[in-house]
Amino acid sequence: MSAPVERAVAGGEPVGGQSTPSSNEEVSATMTKGYAPEVRERLERDAKEIIGRYPRPRSALLPLLHLVQSEDGYVSDDGHEFCAEMLGLSKAEVVGVSTFYTMYKRRPMGQYHVGVCINTLCAVMGGDQIWDELSEHVGVGHDEATPDGKISLERLECNAACDFAPVMMVNWEFFDNQTPDSAKQLVDDLRDGKEPSPTRGPKKLCTFKEASRVLSGLPDGLAGDGPSAAGPSLEGLKIAKANGWKAPEA
Amino acid sequence: MTTLTPVLTANWDQPNSFTLEGYGDYSAARKALGMDPDAVIQVVKDSGLRGRGGAGFPTGMKWGFIPQGDGKPHYLVVNADESEPGTCKDIPTMMANPHALVEGIIITAYAIRANHAFIYVRGEVLHVIRRLQAAVAEAYAKGYLGTDLFGTGFNLELVVHSGAGAYICGEETALLDSLEGHRGQPRLKPPFPAVAGLYASPTVVNNVESVASVPSIIANGAEWFAGMGTEKSKGFGIFSLSGHVTRPGQYEAPLGITLRELLEMSGGIREGHRLKFWTPGGSSTPIFTDEHLDVPLDFESVGAKGSMLGTRALQIFDETTCVVRAVLRWTEFYAHESCGKCTPCREGTYWLKQVLKRLEKGQGTEEDLTTITDIADNILGRSFCALGDGATSPIHSSVKYFRDEYLKHFEIGGCPFDHAPSTLWGAK
Repeated sequence: MSAPVERAVAGGEPVGGQSTPSSNEEVSATMTKGYAPEVRERLERDAKEIIGRYPRPRSALLPLLHLVQSEDGYVSDDGHEFCAEMLGLSKAEVVGVSTFYTMYKRRPMGQYHVGVCINTLCAVMGGDQIWDELSEHVGVGHDEATPDGKISLERLECNAACDFAPVMMVNWEFFDNQTPDSAKQLVDDLRDGKEPSPTRGPKKLCTFKEASRVLSGLPDGLAGDGPSAAGPSLEGLKIAKANGWKAPEA
Repeated sequence: MTTLTPVLTANWDQPNSFTLEGYGDYSAARKALGMDPDAVIQVVKDSGLRGRGGAGFPTGMKWGFIPQGDGKPHYLVVNADESEPGTCKDIPTMMANPHALVEGIIITAYAIRANHAFIYVRGEVLHVIRRLQAAVAEAYAKGYLGTDLFGTGFNLELVVHSGAGAYICGEETALLDSLEGHRGQPRLKPPFPAVAGLYASPTVVNNVESVASVPSIIANGAEWFAGMGTEKSKGFGIFSLSGHVTRPGQYEAPLGITLRELLEMSGGIREGHRLKFWTPGGSSTPIFTDEHLDVPLDFESVGAKGSMLGTRALQIFDETTCVVRAVLRWTEFYAHESCGKCTPCREGTYWLKQVLKRLEKGQGTEEDLTTITDIADNILGRSFCALGDGATSPIHSSVKYFRDEYLKHFEIGGCPFDHAPSTLWGAK
């Protein structure tokens, strides 16, 4: 596995795939200066809508962390500050929460965040080999991004798709029944801008930031895309239909 | 022979099953809201429905624990954090049939007199979250959510809330802390959520499949549901077959079906191989072997054989799989997901991982087997929540059934298995 590729963050600039920062700059991710007024205004509008859904404002903290991640590609210092201000919390309280959850990233992830399930069943079915070969191919390790900000990798715990093992996720969309070759091809396609489609999901893959926005509770209108169910999800139903098996009549 | 009984999965092959048009007209919710709330609770009690999230607590009884006339708001929280290794039933259910869940939420909330409900769904399943958001929006647009549902005066708000990657949030009190905007760490019980749950108010936390089963019970009656399954484990459930089988997938069947029956109808273990070990209900349930093929998969029978029905997550491993490798990986998972709140789990899972790593490399000794079972004994029953208990299941059960395989690792100074044949593309 190669050494981590730390990505520097220029003051206040959105990163996560849009800029190409120099990897040698020793600029800390915490040296940001707050959101630009128009960004702040937009985030506040979204945040207020989200907070309004909950009986108590603090319940909106996880959604707001997803929201700021949709702006920056990770939970930045500005993001922490913003959540704290919106909810009347101290920044320490917000950081204490965000660092507990693996989906909140502490440094910019790639435009395409690629996960490989390495929990037991997927690992045995080939996930370990996929991870080893993919990590070497991409040249980054767990929770690290490529210097061009295109791809980041993560070793995932069980993602509830064991009947599709070995499973990969890109920006939290399912890429089922992978092999080492299909995994490398997938990442190459993403880098080449070829837009591969998830197995069960929308035709067009959204970016990590766009995905984070949906997670914050703001829909993107793509729910109608993709199949109702596919592959193994339908095996039992197929067998039942072939044999004429049904639940008893009421 | 037991046959399959598709109910929740029955419409999954329809292209619009996830839309209101493809689902139906919420007639069960309409019917329930015309009943007395206590009568709705009674129907669910009579049906014998037990929690489908793993513990198997009677659902109607849980609803009955909510104090009434207490002047406090009540809440319904659906546990859609499905993260137990091997468990993969709620995710396809919400992807293909989210309206069954939304309709079940309306009925459940009405029964427990809750006007605010939440679906706490794990964050790593984007398209499932989209489907939930869309189903909830459709239900609002139709007047099935919001104010004055079906003209009854009953009001209900429903929020889809995405988690952020923490297995522990599937534990109901950790989930509640997370939903309140904190780190997801479990609370001491009692008080139970029925008394002091979300915002210290009476709260029901139910699994997705439990709630999604409720509309069919209201529509078809308690006797219909109770007519399936066994005496104490009634009704149907989704059995998830994964791993070294010919046709992995979701099989909806009456509780009490056996793995042998499920394998027979689904083409068996992958060609040229034989069953070595399996989990009846996820990694937190002690493993079984080929001697357990005929154990009825219901709460009592699986319990009597030393495991748990759990979430019916049947992870199947054939003879190419190294059990020590499997247990190490599960242990690494528990160590990763331990929330750190209590010492036995935080420290115990850490040390289990260290010792198992040594064992897997063939650098251990027979004494290490005593050490891991000893550590496991000190976690089991001494942890704050069930995560710690779950971590001990693979340890105890693998040492019980496969002690020789552990010993083989030290004898040859390494893993006796070639991992390649275990893969999806591995040799026959």
